[in-house]
Amino acid sequence: MTGPPVMVRAGLFRDGDAPVLLASRCTRCGQVLFPRADGCTYCSAEAPEPVELAGPGTLWSWTAVTAPPPGYRGEVPFGVGVVELPEGVRIIGRLTESDPAALTAGQQMELRVVPLHTDDEGNDVVTYAFAPVASS
Amino acid sequence: MSGGVAVAGVGMHPFGRFEGLSTTDMGVTAVRAALREAGVGKGGFQAAFCGTAYGGVATGHKVLSRMGLTGMPIVDVEAGCASGGAALMLAAGAIRAGQYDTVLVFGTEKMPKGIIRSSFFEPWQEEAGLAATPAFFALRAQRLLQTSGVTKDHLARVVVKNRRHGAANPDAMYQKETSVEEVLSSRVVSEPLHLFMLCSPNEGAAAVVLRRADLASSGPAGARAVAPAVTLAAAVLRSHIPGPVLSESTPLSGLPDDGVPSPSTLAATAAYEEAGLGPADLDLVECQDTDAARELQSCEELGLCEPGASGALVDSGATALGGRLPVNPSGGLLSKGEPLGASALGQVVELVRQLRGECGPRQVEGARVALAHTVGRGANAGVVILSR
Repeated sequence: MTGPPVMVRAGLFRDGDAPVLLASRCTRCGQVLFPRADGCTYCSAEAPEPVELAGPGTLWSWTAVTAPPPGYRGEVPFGVGVVELPEGVRIIGRLTESDPAALTAGQQMELRVVPLHTDDEGNDVVTYAFAPVASS
Repeated sequence: MSGGVAVAGVGMHPFGRFEGLSTTDMGVTAVRAALREAGVGKGGFQAAFCGTAYGGVATGHKVLSRMGLTGMPIVDVEAGCASGGAALMLAAGAIRAGQYDTVLVFGTEKMPKGIIRSSFFEPWQEEAGLAATPAFFALRAQRLLQTSGVTKDHLARVVVKNRRHGAANPDAMYQKETSVEEVLSSRVVSEPLHLFMLCSPNEGAAAVVLRRADLASSGPAGARAVAPAVTLAAAVLRSHIPGPVLSESTPLSGLPDDGVPSPSTLAATAAYEEAGLGPADLDLVECQDTDAARELQSCEELGLCEPGASGALVDSGATALGGRLPVNPSGGLLSKGEPLGASALGQVVELVRQLRGECGPRQVEGARVALAHTVGRGANAGVVILSR
């Protein structure tokens, strides 16, 4: 690796020991918007305030992608799912678990930042993902 | 629908893969057939609406350039999987408004092979693997399996039913029956969806000539003189209300609320109201079955059964040919494949032929009222109701 990890899209999440998703909350109707937006899709109010979503959340639906979809350069299979976060929002994202049989509805999922592929400059391209919370 | 609109003629180019034929070629075939049925030639219609998503600039003009132009308005309409339904709604509205007497509506498409690549997605979504259309279908299917009595076996039986219907449709891409075992042994694309449970994006065209109902019987002598007149009772397009995270609008986030009506339900409700009819009046349905679970979801959204009861509807045999309410007697998109801009009008062509009693071994006997439904990215949902 020649440089620090490159986010698949700037402004989507913040990496670190405790990664967060960068979202907005409408100051009029209170709904959460992800990715960040400059207007509310629910009530049309402008200038929603920034919020950070830290998780964990619960698994609501999940599957796996077994063949590379268009424009995708990473490995298959990989998991995709919907996680419901306590802030009152459901988020679609990759899952670190690519075997659907290993997952169950309602299980706790935490936020991670995971590598997708190495870009042409040799940098790791990373995105947000949800991982099962290890049962203690 | 005030100021009735009649179907004066329909035409098809079969759905499939046609090496050497262009989007324009297929459109020309379908349009010529529809105009011939309607007894209409150059100058016989005052406007044209062309549904297409991948056809490119001026797709409609290119088709009509092959058959004599008059300077009429030609409008391409893109509404994803519901493009043809959107074109039909615009044409019907223009006739009802008194703008035109006769309008040509057609759809033509030549889809790239494989998973549909859509400019709808941003490049980063593709890079992150989040532009995988079958995965979104699968996430919806998983919810259906989790929250209702629907099983993978039901999904396989939807495929078997539609492929059996499609075996009797010469315009279908797949005209070979399959079995539950064969469906379930095809590879898993995205759990719970196996390869045979997904429709193929493909190529084809369909065309419909609409005419003011009070003029429909005064066409040229011999034009469809023996066929019963088919009326367009409703043609509705709706988009989505935000909230459902798995909506066809394909957002990345949504609300923890399962009570928001889907675009298909919005369109169906408006169409039933426009037609003055309800689900109990229907004799047959062509609905979006891009995957097997989608057909079941469509049945629920269109009010063909109670929410959560689509598995029981399959069990009852109602949706098979010979049943109480055959769904996708053409074989559906699972047999025909899906050329986006043409698929909705392909459904309309099938239903018009069914209502005229022209469908041979896949005929729904005595059919009088029929509904067509498409839904896809945007979101866009189209519902058309036809009657005789």
